Amino acid sequence: MSWFLRGLFGGIKSMSYPIKAEQVPGVSPGLPQGVPHATQAQRALVALCPTSAIVPEQEGLAVREERCIHCMRCADAVSAHPLPWRKDAAWAVRRGCAPVLPAPFARSVHVRVVDAGDCGSCLSEIAHLNDPLYNMHRFGVFITPAPRQADVLIVVGPVTEHMKAPLREAYDAMPEPKRVLAVGACAASGGIFGPSFTSAGGAQEIIPVDMALPGCPPPPLAILEALLALCGQKPLR
Amino acid sequence: MRRDGWRLATIAVNDPEVPELRYVFCGPADEGWTQFIVRCNGSRTVPSLTPADVSADWLEREIEDLFAIDFAGHPRLGDFVLHDNRWAEGVGPMRPGSPLREALTERQWQPRRVLREEGAFVMPVGPIYSGEAESALFLLETAGEDVVRSVPRLFYKYRGVEKLVQGRCAQDAVLFVERTNGTSAFANAWTFCMAAERVSATEPPLRAEYLRVLFAEIERVRRHTAVIRAIVDSTSLWVAAARLLEIEERMLRLSGALAGHRYLFGLATIGGLARDVDDAAAAEAAGALGELARRVAHTVEQLGHTSTFLDRIESVGVLSEARAREFGAVGPFARASAVADDMRLLHPYGQYAHAVPSVPTEREGDGYARLRTLAREIEASAAIVARIASELPSGPVRAPWQPRSGEALAWAEAPGGACIQLLRLDDAGACAMLRFTPPSFRNWQCFRWVAEDFAFQDFPIILATCGLSVAESDR
Repeated sequence: MSWFLRGLFGGIKSMSYPIKAEQVPGVSPGLPQGVPHATQAQRALVALCPTSAIVPEQEGLAVREERCIHCMRCADAVSAHPLPWRKDAAWAVRRGCAPVLPAPFARSVHVRVVDAGDCGSCLSEIAHLNDPLYNMHRFGVFITPAPRQADVLIVVGPVTEHMKAPLREAYDAMPEPKRVLAVGACAASGGIFGPSFTSAGGAQEIIPVDMALPGCPPPPLAILEALLALCGQKPLR
Repeated sequence: MRRDGWRLATIAVNDPEVPELRYVFCGPADEGWTQFIVRCNGSRTVPSLTPADVSADWLEREIEDLFAIDFAGHPRLGDFVLHDNRWAEGVGPMRPGSPLREALTERQWQPRRVLREEGAFVMPVGPIYSGEAESALFLLETAGEDVVRSVPRLFYKYRGVEKLVQGRCAQDAVLFVERTNGTSAFANAWTFCMAAERVSATEPPLRAEYLRVLFAEIERVRRHTAVIRAIVDSTSLWVAAARLLEIEERMLRLSGALAGHRYLFGLATIGGLARDVDDAAAAEAAGALGELARRVAHTVEQLGHTSTFLDRIESVGVLSEARAREFGAVGPFARASAVADDMRLLHPYGQYAHAVPSVPTEREGDGYARLRTLAREIEASAAIVARIASELPSGPVRAPWQPRSGEALAWAEAPGGACIQLLRLDDAGACAMLRFTPPSFRNWQCFRWVAEDFAFQDFPIILATCGLSVAESDR
């Protein structure tokens, strides 16, 4: 049998997102949330958090989501006094005041991915947008190899010393209007690596960032949700 | 020494004030490991090992850049970890008190050309290229139709993990090691934990040792599936690639449901595992993984009957056994060239003396041999997962860790091959030195022998069949 027929008989695999929220186990690790009133035991998490994502706020605790590296130390299976974790996919946070891309981009947006020091997990999750389960093409989202054809620049990694200039060049080569999405804790805040002698500490240190997506790595659904928000198919947070 | 089955595993540098080089050699099964220590008295120059053992080439180039130690007699030093167009000479960022950021410059850099034929040129690919490829520069030298040689220029992603962990609590350093390569996170983190446990004589509980094998093999199955998917993707066989992507996503969900994280981050910890799993859930996951592994095997079998696919990967990117041995190739990359070394068999760690894996090898050393090796390893690993899940002993998964000062070597067979870590901790349990030689670093050294004399359109295929991680090599 030819591969064409095998594909045809394989049937439709795409998930019901965005009509129904996806709740299959393992589709997302979730993201820790702050609490308005923290117990003494929960306050100990502040010292445990390796990137100071958990900070005291009045009587409770706040979570600076962009700094969270999913070390899981405040998750319920690891800590006896965990924080609550959110299970949705709308993790992206808007930066700056650039509006969403204009209407013609709503159903056709081309994305250039730049690896600026990623460990490979964010890139792997981005590759899964092309998975038949997520199937980004049904939303008109395409990954393009050429910055000159790209409308959205996805940056992953803390931006290493050697990637600063290539990243800047890729951004400059993109035509207007353009938007930048920093995917993952490293690109959004430097994550665990930066700033350091080789890392800039996030994409915003080199180019303007319009939207930051926390997570280490953010699951494919969160990346898709962020892209749809950037091109106006989903509400901005 | 090589004749007796010993080979160089890594070179570490200790106490860079008066540099002391540790040459770590891995011996045959009954002999274990040995270290040679070379002290530099006053000067920062040592004789190079490369003319005698070429597998030391990249290790020495790396140390020259990171520690500003000169290797007399080395054929080519410079422009390696620290790119010449960005960093001044003699920075040595791993030395204490190195100037670091003040060492940045703007200089011109030109790739070295070897080919002197008429009309010859160098075609650069990267550092930003293709869809979601990792950043690296490949210099393809050609005189027209065919690429004569291709030299990778790596370390665009150098994050300096070995430097960043210095002075940090070892329990936090695990998180850095984990994030050097997200697709082999557990294996690398486990190696680090083993080293720290050896330093402090901590014995992880038996249940943790079993579960570590379980998760390491789940990771191996997933990472191998991802490499096979990338190979199929590079040949533009979209239906098969889409099917493998779906299988891989189901494996990620399986890890996520079982361990709380799709890439098993935050799971390995010094003293055992950060969290326990339910016996029934582990058995169910093992069954599901076995089913997914069968789907991969079925797809690979169908690929074996697809002539358009075989035409693209057979006899492409051949690594001979002699070259693989000479340059110190490791893992499935080397096993496809008949180098049967596997740390799980050679020097068993954890519970691998009990759960002995079957290690497949192939002879041809071409792209198809590498694909078959990966496919057979997936079957073998899924079998180990099924066995371990049915034998899980009860008990805790974490032993308390009492920091102690000392030094220890740890090794593991990561999905990509042998991962070697030499770790020194101080009294408080903070890292004083970490030498982390991942499998990808060893294998990238062989890449130029794999990518020799080929047609331009084969380049992405050759690259994909090697399945090498740039992030892991760059660290």
